[in-house]
Amino acid sequence: MAQLDLRNVRKFNQQNRITRNWQLYLMLLPVVVYFVVMAYGPMYGVLLAFKDYKVRRGILGSPWAEPLMKHFVRFFTSPYCERVITNTVVLSLQSLLWGFPVPILLALCVNEVRNSTYQKFVQNVTYAPHFLSTVVLVGMIRSFTNTDYGVVNLFIRALGGEGYNWMQRADLFRPLYIGSGMWQNAGWNSIIYIAALSGIDLEQHESAMIDGASRWKRIWHINLPGIMPTIVTLLILNSGYIMSVGFEKVFLMQNDLNLSVSDVISTYSYRIGIESAQYEMATAIGLFNSVINMALLVMVNAASRRLGDTSLW
Amino acid sequence: MTPTTQPRASRNARMSKGDVRFETAIVILLAILTVIIIYPLVYVVSASFSDALMVAAGRVFLWPVSVTTDNYMQVFKNQSLMSGFRNSMIIMAMGTALNLVMTILAAYPLSRRNLWGRNVLMKMITFTMFFSGGLIPTYLMVGKTLGLMNSWLALILPGAISVYNMIIMRTYFTSSIPYEIQEAAEIDGASHFGTLMRIVLPLSGPVVAVIGLYYAVGHWNSYFSALLYISKESLQPLQLHLRKVLILNSSQTMMDMASDEAARQAMRAETIKYAVIVLSSVPMLIMYPFVQRFFIKGVMIGSVKG
Repeated sequence: MAQLDLRNVRKFNQQNRITRNWQLYLMLLPVVVYFVVMAYGPMYGVLLAFKDYKVRRGILGSPWAEPLMKHFVRFFTSPYCERVITNTVVLSLQSLLWGFPVPILLALCVNEVRNSTYQKFVQNVTYAPHFLSTVVLVGMIRSFTNTDYGVVNLFIRALGGEGYNWMQRADLFRPLYIGSGMWQNAGWNSIIYIAALSGIDLEQHESAMIDGASRWKRIWHINLPGIMPTIVTLLILNSGYIMSVGFEKVFLMQNDLNLSVSDVISTYSYRIGIESAQYEMATAIGLFNSVINMALLVMVNAASRRLGDTSLW
Repeated sequence: MTPTTQPRASRNARMSKGDVRFETAIVILLAILTVIIIYPLVYVVSASFSDALMVAAGRVFLWPVSVTTDNYMQVFKNQSLMSGFRNSMIIMAMGTALNLVMTILAAYPLSRRNLWGRNVLMKMITFTMFFSGGLIPTYLMVGKTLGLMNSWLALILPGAISVYNMIIMRTYFTSSIPYEIQEAAEIDGASHFGTLMRIVLPLSGPVVAVIGLYYAVGHWNSYFSALLYISKESLQPLQLHLRKVLILNSSQTMMDMASDEAARQAMRAETIKYAVIVLSSVPMLIMYPFVQRFFIKGVMIGSVKG
């Protein structure tokens, strides 16, 4: 009997919670529609990777590929496969290696400056490049490294060297990509750490000072551990994107001379999918990419949960 | 942005010699970094105000040489850049408005503890952050199924909610607005819409401003969706026109006057690019300091306890 009562109460509560909150569900209606159409709709579209697409028959009506994995096989046996996967992984790992620690160091440094005018000045300057568009950024790189008029080459010539077009050298593609990325985003990415630093308890610093701890020691033993959860969380999130170098910047920096290092999965699938309209194979590449990313994220998250206590879920 | 966290007097009293040297080193390090970051920006502005021949001859290093506004005049004469500028303004305004409405509509209900099904929904939404259909299925959905080719809706509907921004806003709602205030309002008879409009949003100015800025910058700077969906030139946003001028090197065609000397023309074209870069970044420069104020406020409100 008691059990039955409890169930009724629970059921009543649940109904009550739904009916009393009908306005909240109304608010969520457009949100749900959005995610169904724009996120889950395209997910159903990945079926395309297993079909022979006939425009007039739609995705569902098109016949299954024969054999089923034929578009994947075509990608994996294509001469470009190894190149684009290698380029993608190398570029994003190198970006992470160089680009990830800098905002943390920057935030720790900015936090140590006691002159608040100077502190604000440094922050505002370092944030600024973030607001430039990718097109403008790549345009700047091109103009600066122009063989005849670029300011970089002016300096090289002033120092007695020989000017050259940086964008046309394959060996400079990665340094330019990573360096400009750091220039553009180091300041902006430091914000989250600065915010985390401002949340660290003052009392810890005060008692450490009473114990005679130097500033270096306080950074090492209080500030760094204080923002460690933030660092780990961001590292996990970033690891989910190792197989997906953003399309926009690479595409703009790409030219025939650096294609051997600048051709990545996203630009390749753009060429296959949009430019030559081989939808099935491009979808297969995209699906392969998503699955790898997802797997990486789950793995890193599990590792982080086992090693420490920070995890996304 | 962040106020100095430690009380000044007590820190000064305890500064040892080593600490002073440590801080000096940091100040110098940051100064070097600041110069590295600011120099390219200064150069672009200086070059844009300099005579093209001076820039080409390598006479401009820091400040403008033979100051002129010719480069800007050339840009203003370019019809397609100007129409791109207008289009981008409209797209940015419409897109950001839609983004904010949708993000609030998602973040507020999901911030409510007593919402039945909250966790499941949250999981379904977060999942889309890490797994997506990919380029082609999205392209077919937007372009073919919804038929949004050459429509600005193709630029603003697909990214209407950034899950990341939605989570930031939701976190702000749960951590910075006391749940008790919302409950009190509801006991006094306020509806959920009433609570959202009269209690939650007025207390969320900073986070709405900052997230609005994120969205606005995203719209202003994006070119990829326009590259996919907008082929009609009169509808193209600024970034696509910029791409033609800055990347695809068609700036020679920008010149109205035909010069005899091709070399001279090439020099001018190179310098005009700097003016194009400055002009295209002006809206961001205007917006940023304004919203930055809210940003300081946002962090402060977040740190006040009770």
